[in-house]
Amino acid sequence: MSLDPTPASRTERAAGARVAVDSVRVAEATPDIVQPWAELGLRAEEYDRIRDILRRRPTAAELAMYSVMWSEHCSYKSSKVHLRRFGDATPAALAKGSTTMLAGIGENAGVVDIGDGWAVTFKAESHNHPSFVEPYQGAATGVGGIVRDIIAMGARPIAVMDSLRFGAVDHPDTARVVHGVVAGVGGYGNCLGLPNIGGEVYFDPCYQGNPLVNALCVGAMRHEDLHLANATGLGNVIVLFGARTGGDGIGGVSVLASETFDVSADGSSGPSKRPAVQVGDPFREKLLIECCLDLFHAGVVEGIQDLGGAGLSCATSELASAGDGGMRVALEQVPLRDPSLRPEEILMSESQERMMAVVRPDRLEEFLTITDRWEVEASVLGEVTDTGRLEITWHGETVVDVPPRTVAHEGPVYERPYARPDWLDARQADRAEDLPRAGDADALRAQLLDMVASPTLCSRAWVTDQYDRYVLGNTRMATPDDAGVVRVDETTGRGIALALDGNARFAALDPYVGAQLALSEAYRNVGVSGAVPIAVTDCLNSGSPEEPGAMWQFAEVVRGLADASVELGTPVTGGNVSFYNSTGDTAIHPTPVVGVLGVLDDVDRRIGSGWAEAGLALYVLGVTREELSGSAWAGVVHDHLGGLPPRVDLAAEQLLASVMLACSRDGLVDAAHDLSDGGLAQTLVEGCLRHGTGARVWLDGLRERDGVDLTAALFAESAARAVVAVPRSEEIRFTDVATARGLPHVRIGVTDDAGGPDGSPVLEIGGVGMLTLAELRAAHEGTLPALFG
Amino acid sequence: MRVGVVTFPGSLDDGDAARAVRLAGAEPVRLWHADADLHGVEAVVLPGGFSYGDYLRCGAIARFAPVMTSVVEAARAGTPVLGICNGFQVLCESHLLPGALLRNEAQRFVCRDQRLRVETSATTWTSEFAAGQEIVVPLKNGEGGYVADEDTLDRLEGEGRVVFRYVGPNPNGSRRDIAGVSDPTGRVVGLMPHPEHAVERGYGPSTDGLAVFTSLVAGALTGVLA
Repeated sequence: MSLDPTPASRTERAAGARVAVDSVRVAEATPDIVQPWAELGLRAEEYDRIRDILRRRPTAAELAMYSVMWSEHCSYKSSKVHLRRFGDATPAALAKGSTTMLAGIGENAGVVDIGDGWAVTFKAESHNHPSFVEPYQGAATGVGGIVRDIIAMGARPIAVMDSLRFGAVDHPDTARVVHGVVAGVGGYGNCLGLPNIGGEVYFDPCYQGNPLVNALCVGAMRHEDLHLANATGLGNVIVLFGARTGGDGIGGVSVLASETFDVSADGSSGPSKRPAVQVGDPFREKLLIECCLDLFHAGVVEGIQDLGGAGLSCATSELASAGDGGMRVALEQVPLRDPSLRPEEILMSESQERMMAVVRPDRLEEFLTITDRWEVEASVLGEVTDTGRLEITWHGETVVDVPPRTVAHEGPVYERPYARPDWLDARQADRAEDLPRAGDADALRAQLLDMVASPTLCSRAWVTDQYDRYVLGNTRMATPDDAGVVRVDETTGRGIALALDGNARFAALDPYVGAQLALSEAYRNVGVSGAVPIAVTDCLNSGSPEEPGAMWQFAEVVRGLADASVELGTPVTGGNVSFYNSTGDTAIHPTPVVGVLGVLDDVDRRIGSGWAEAGLALYVLGVTREELSGSAWAGVVHDHLGGLPPRVDLAAEQLLASVMLACSRDGLVDAAHDLSDGGLAQTLVEGCLRHGTGARVWLDGLRERDGVDLTAALFAESAARAVVAVPRSEEIRFTDVATARGLPHVRIGVTDDAGGPDGSPVLEIGGVGMLTLAELRAAHEGTLPALFG
Repeated sequence: MRVGVVTFPGSLDDGDAARAVRLAGAEPVRLWHADADLHGVEAVVLPGGFSYGDYLRCGAIARFAPVMTSVVEAARAGTPVLGICNGFQVLCESHLLPGALLRNEAQRFVCRDQRLRVETSATTWTSEFAAGQEIVVPLKNGEGGYVADEDTLDRLEGEGRVVFRYVGPNPNGSRRDIAGVSDPTGRVVGLMPHPEHAVERGYGPSTDGLAVFTSLVAGALTGVLA
């Protein structure tokens, strides 16, 4: 695409022909030239507003900047009015909980205090559309981008997680996306030296043309090392460092993330948009991490801004907006991989592994010594001014002269019409509780085996074994346990727990409740791991904001999360929105993916999800209800999605987490595993397979107390529940604690390392029968290797 | 005892190697790839990672780093050197160890807890193990398939220079299940799995890896190195 009113061919440019540049001067002289605003994704009224702001037509470079910064991805123009709820809810969440926030929404990533002078920053980000077009690079650069957000805060990245959603396992295109995305997440993260400690993988036909790749990074720092990026201090220099700028990712933001693309019936996309996906180089990023940490350490930078979506357009306008003056940048100083790039292309390029720093002139030499040491190229682009304007020149000609806030923060804001979809009533009336249930033990046993082997519930080891979970040597717990647990302080053992969860089937049935259940599950996973949940981040994946039904779902998701964050006392410290996840008329389920961060005073107190020895008493904590709608049982056994999702009970989640914290501190339980997808049956199978120790379980007591049948006891997905394995010696203390706190608990059996006819371990469930761990393991672990090799 | 741990651009497990050295009772000394000075260390660890992004071929560029000239010289003069994962690849590229490492047979990166058999205790880095002892340490690599020609493999076996062998399913297609080998003196050892990630209770599948590092220290204390 050419933005220039007088386009020249690439060969002419490469030959060195000096093409007239569309400078401010030219723009003033040629006010009536027709500009390609529509092709750049701008609406007529948005283009008119740019003309109003500038009181002239924009130059090609300005048009590029506004278009990319006013895209949905960068400006949050459709979500802003709703996302305000998070900020509005923060004071109440802080008042209710015990979290101290050091930086919140609006920064690169939220920062919270975890005690002893340590702070943690974490954030998730989507890279959905690029990962469909070019799965490997899309996923790889998704990891790279979120890691740079964390570095920019002054933190050392300490772990990553990812939430992946793919189309149906048997669709011919799914393997392409799965292989590419998993290899991309692994290839980039492994090479960066960041342990991948957990996440999720789901398959559902609704993601066929719109896979979801949500990457999370967490970093740690001392309080005094927190840095917020802004261009302050008249005369400070602006330095671009890292990789050279190339033609990759040009328009990635506005073309890919903000526009639904059509896929033909055979699954292939139309005219190739491949060049719009960025290409990553994790080796360069690793050097950049170490280089940035050295720069912060040496105190030679005022601030560092990462370059992600919208590249230099974003970095320059955001830095200048956050500062107190203006900024002047000479664009020809940008080191290029492709010398034929035009100024507007340089501004839009999303080349990876680049950062921008604000440096005091007297520290510049030290700065350059450090970048040299890491063999990172650096170039001084300009300086902080007092003009209040962002001025960008190209060989002396001014090509951009704008008030920076109008680019970065004062973009359009839309109150998109939204309405509850008509079809929702019918879907909610079609309850899974009314589906036929297994009539005898054999049928239940067969259902259980089918479920643990299903793509929905099977082992994710084929994916996670491609990720390094050990590097850095601080991983105390990782997938398949409920939360990733990482040591932050090697002396004291202080550390964090992280969980990343979402259940789009629930959100499809009721987005408000579905979002709260996603938060509940992540909160519960952190809680049963023995950590204190303190903060929330999210990735909100939705259909088109221009479709009132999808917009309603989004609004409900935000409302649900904000309300729940207040009640749980865990503020939402940051997040990400991905719209336009639809192909043709078909949108994905609304898919809120929620990350919860917890703190452990000593990560040795963490609780694992499986039992490793015989003779432990097994208890179910919480209450089981007749809640099968939206469940894995409904999906796997009946291919059904309807009814109302399980009831949210945030007070019960808090109670469960607080009892688990007591158990962790007093060493009362050997293992704890939350109940979620697949219900109690799945939890028991996973608890057994984790360390190869079986269990004998009777559910009569639970069924009588809760008034449910065996199907509901095994497969209902009621919230606020967990299974714990308690040593006999601690059983009285444990039940005393649970009773004193009013946490419903019922003993369902014992762990056992024998029991099979040949003395091998089994899972025996009264009313279902005996399943050897060997057959469970074969069913559970064989699925993904069989599908994807 | 001062033990050097080299950092190349793209080294990832250098901090972990230094921690393991410290836990074994020695003093880790960080060595920088561009600095040919070994700062008087008595042994060197080449850590895991993706030195120089694994571009060209794993370890192929690191071999030419200034520090490696000194490491090769020191090794030839008897300084113990341990190469882990990428460090093993660097040792092969530097011709301190025979053979080469190819992309895993399954064409995928693999991270898992790996059972190994320590085939010999007659090296500087395995003296604290019993020959035949089985240990579990993490394995994590994309290019860990050990290959050499049949003659070389026969010679390694015959001279007792196969130091570690995979037990159970071969994770990467290594010939004869070889996980680690030594030079003829037993002072230079390279292995694909990561003993430095099995040195602390709770961080890694075991603490079996610590003996690799305590072997070095014990050897120094009893004067075996002298």
